[in-house]
Amino acid sequence: MRYQNATAYRFLAPYLLIFSIFWLWPIISSFLISFQATRTVPWRFAPTFNWGRLIGDPAFFNALKNTLLILVIQVPVMITLAIVMAVLLNSPLLKARGLFRFAFFAPVVVGEVAYSAVFRLMFNLDYGIINKLLNSVGLPRIDWFSNVTPAMAVIMIAVSWRWAGYNAIILLAGLQSIPQDVYEAATLDRVSKLKQFFYITLPLLKPIIVFCAVLSIIGTMQLFTEPFLITERGGPGGGTETLGLLLYRQGFKSLNFGYASAIAYTMAGLAIAISLVQLWLTRDPK
Amino acid sequence: MSSRPSSSRSSSRLGRSIALHLFLTPLALIWLFPLWMMVIFSTMPDRGIFSPSIELLPHGSFLDNVNNLQRDTNFIGAIGISVSVAVTYTFLSVLLTSMAGWALARYQFFGKGVVVAIILGTITLPYAVVLIPQFIMVARDFKLANTWVALIVPPLFNSLGVLFMRQSFSMMPGDLFDAARVEGVKEWRIFLFVALPLARPMLAALAIILFLASWNNYLWPLLINSKPGAMTAPVALGTLIGLTKVSWGGIMAGAVMLTVPMLIVFVLLQRHFVAGIAAGAIK
Repeated sequence: MRYQNATAYRFLAPYLLIFSIFWLWPIISSFLISFQATRTVPWRFAPTFNWGRLIGDPAFFNALKNTLLILVIQVPVMITLAIVMAVLLNSPLLKARGLFRFAFFAPVVVGEVAYSAVFRLMFNLDYGIINKLLNSVGLPRIDWFSNVTPAMAVIMIAVSWRWAGYNAIILLAGLQSIPQDVYEAATLDRVSKLKQFFYITLPLLKPIIVFCAVLSIIGTMQLFTEPFLITERGGPGGGTETLGLLLYRQGFKSLNFGYASAIAYTMAGLAIAISLVQLWLTRDPK
Repeated sequence: MSSRPSSSRSSSRLGRSIALHLFLTPLALIWLFPLWMMVIFSTMPDRGIFSPSIELLPHGSFLDNVNNLQRDTNFIGAIGISVSVAVTYTFLSVLLTSMAGWALARYQFFGKGVVVAIILGTITLPYAVVLIPQFIMVARDFKLANTWVALIVPPLFNSLGVLFMRQSFSMMPGDLFDAARVEGVKEWRIFLFVALPLARPMLAALAIILFLASWNNYLWPLLINSKPGAMTAPVALGTLIGLTKVSWGGIMAGAVMLTVPMLIVFVLLQRHFVAGIAAGAIK
């Protein structure tokens, strides 16, 4: 193909313009801002001002700890659930497939605010349907939002509910791209369905599982709306405060842009590390 | 060993089928439960929501709740903003995204590798990294806070959509476009009148995903359009959550108004929806 620079860039121009203004420059800019003291006018260059504060800030480590805790528990549980959903939805034995697909995929269209409101109400101490149901089967009700562990559990349940189906959609498409004759051959050789799952499905699905895991990790790492709305600004007492919430508080409540940028770049560092792990996990075996 | 009789194989098939449905049905009901409760709550008066009895069936107070919500915040106005913004955003973003996807799929040009690398790189870059400078730029430098432009323009950049459109265009037979070129048809006309009509199903998938993203977007609109008359519907609803003197029936009615239209779109266009999301991962 011959080079058609002028034509190509005419088509790309609007996209690249938006990218340059609203992504490229901000990526550079927030890196620079993280080395400035931003609560003085004018801002001044102070390389250790924000980063020095970051490594000695208990609020930062609390948010980091909570974020990683949610990541380590919620993402594997949700991905496992999504794999189960995808495999079962793909089963030729399934009746009323459309209804099941609707049940699992519907949360994908539900907005964060709408579902945060519902979960908050469902887990209400005195009048929440969850505690009423627990009571009705003789179990004690749980004070979900006054204690850290149950509050974290509600966040993880809510996020998993919202995103499991989304991942199942991607995984289901991956399953359907696996050629059927592999399974037919295995069935002829009397390989059990369970073994087929572990020795055929999982290895072939691995790149897509890793892709889902990475997107989920990066999404959960920036978790904001759920602790903001469901557990009321990261409550109880900062017990569900996440990096996303801390960034919001520092950047947009205290207007401390320098410190918030340092927090943002910490997230970026984690994301880069995770992407490298992804590349390593999905590398071509030599 | 002799092969198993077919009757036992079909009975094991039946057993597997029953086990599958016995497992999947409760899971599906649990998954639908929050949506069901959203609808139930939206039809209950506040004193019903905050009563000790278990209510699992709809009542008749939906319109009262809409009135309560409208008393707490101008939700209908916010819906108007959300609809206008989402429609405009979807149109512009589909155009921008498919133009870029077309260029990447159909032309050889200097710097192509760099552009593709940038797009791939931004998939895993946390949005938090661009959030603060975006806010400073739009609010302080451009003085565009609380405008439609602020809601529509910065989110126009997307990476998965461009990769999706590049994929769609590169799967089309090149002879078709070459034939038009031989006829002397200009490149932008080939794009508009040959390529885009051919890509209609993919454009539908892309449009649905983008519309939904704009409709549900929360963090950016929360930051940039915080003035009461300029809020989108999710932001307006979010301001009520956590207030003490507020109608929860009203909040739930708002949640239903945000969610149910999207569920209907989802049911009607499920194929496109699923294709759009799945395209993120499948190369």
